Amino acid sequence: MAEAPDTNRGNANRDAEMTASPVEDWFVREVLPLEAALMQFLQHNWRNKADIADLRQDVYTQVFDAAQKSIPENTRAFVFQTARNLLINRLKREHIVPIEAVADVEALNAAIETPGPERSTIARDELRRLQAALDRLPPRCREAVILGRIEGLSGREIASRMGITEQAVSHHLIAGVRALVNEVFGEDRKRPQ
Amino acid sequence: MSDASDIEYKAADWLQRRQFWSWSDEDQKALDAWLAESSAHRVAFLRLKAGYAQTERLVALRNSKPERDRRIRTRWIHAAAVLIAACAIGASATFFIAKPESVTYSTPVGGRQTLTLADGTRIELNTDTTLKLNKSRATRSVTLVKGEAYFQVQHDAQRPFVVETAGHTVTDLGTKFTVHTERDRVEVRLVEGQARLDAVDTAKPQPSMLLKPGDVAIATANAMSVKRESMSKLADDLGWRRGLIVFHDTTLADAAEKLNRYNTNKLEVDRTAAKLKINGTFRADDAQTFAQMARDVFGLRITATSDNTRLSR
Repeated sequence: MAEAPDTNRGNANRDAEMTASPVEDWFVREVLPLEAALMQFLQHNWRNKADIADLRQDVYTQVFDAAQKSIPENTRAFVFQTARNLLINRLKREHIVPIEAVADVEALNAAIETPGPERSTIARDELRRLQAALDRLPPRCREAVILGRIEGLSGREIASRMGITEQAVSHHLIAGVRALVNEVFGEDRKRPQ
Repeated sequence: MSDASDIEYKAADWLQRRQFWSWSDEDQKALDAWLAESSAHRVAFLRLKAGYAQTERLVALRNSKPERDRRIRTRWIHAAAVLIAACAIGASATFFIAKPESVTYSTPVGGRQTLTLADGTRIELNTDTTLKLNKSRATRSVTLVKGEAYFQVQHDAQRPFVVETAGHTVTDLGTKFTVHTERDRVEVRLVEGQARLDAVDTAKPQPSMLLKPGDVAIATANAMSVKRESMSKLADDLGWRRGLIVFHDTTLADAAEKLNRYNTNKLEVDRTAAKLKINGTFRADDAQTFAQMARDVFGLRITATSDNTRLSR
């Protein structure tokens, strides 16, 4: 994993190399900023919190597939309609149909139309929040992320600086990336700091 | 782990590999192939890539780095210690014993209980401990059937307080001490005052041993020995009274053995990790946090089942 020479700023240039399709552009620009609102919707309407990550992923995948045929005009309405249908189908499929859950889904129909709490990605307090998210990481994970993302060290350099295996570095970076991205898209916004 | 979580993990792995490690054309091909497998893969990767790009502003923190870096290594121990201290509020119940001839008290694994006797003597039972109170007019005596207890005795020269355990007696001469019995091995730690340790039902008679503060006496069926410990080490040994275990350069294997006294889910340390040493204060009843910290500190792997948690390289 680390045979090539280390470059100082990681591999920053690689962001450009995958040319994004119009659908990918649309997904990043219009769908992802809805994540905080979507998570809120899913959490309010689905009792088993362990399913939420799966549900979000399913919504994204369905929305993405549908957009391959034609990109919807009203992204927000489309995303929430997809989420709503998905929840109803799940309830039917699992034969659990807790009545209040269905009623809730119906009631939240209205909420789909009203502007929600989706956030500007250039929020003023972005840095502060990212820093808070960074502080919440487990210590070694945080150290790896700081060395990689902030100091710009390569994985190999992080391993030697921290005196741990490259595998452990990867492990920390994976956890760190996931946690920070959740923060960026607002899932963890309400957590106390 | 859910499907979505698996996919996200894999996507995050691709992302960090591309970002921080050497990246060949073959790697790119492999990533492209993975992305082409399903929209779920593409969506997960897109999301992480877009989100990660937005963490760019963290680079602004770079100026304030140098001392922060060095702090990070040690800071967690402090943070953990503070947190633990905050969590470990003294959960002690007080019992006034009426007039039974013999009453038995037991704590489960991970449990703790405080007894206050009518004469003001205080007994604190540690995890997995059984103690019998024998009350008579002439003497005050208890039997430590198994486990560990701390005694803070109201001294009465007319009616000495005696702890009977595993073929030995500890007689109070105005004291605070602990007795820990495991099978036929008895350990007595003297915190304050004096106490006398005697072997009873002796095949070969042994002399009494007078214990002073800081003394740790270890007695088996055949031998008694005593060593002196610093009061701070002794205080650490008594951390369990606040639900804590203190480790100083303790190997993971020894730490696991200590923690296992307090937890039903047993910690196992693979021999590849057994010799690693740790310092720190941990909640005795929270082996999970200990395991997670060991994982983070040493980059170990945790394999958990319902009755044990295994740490390995």
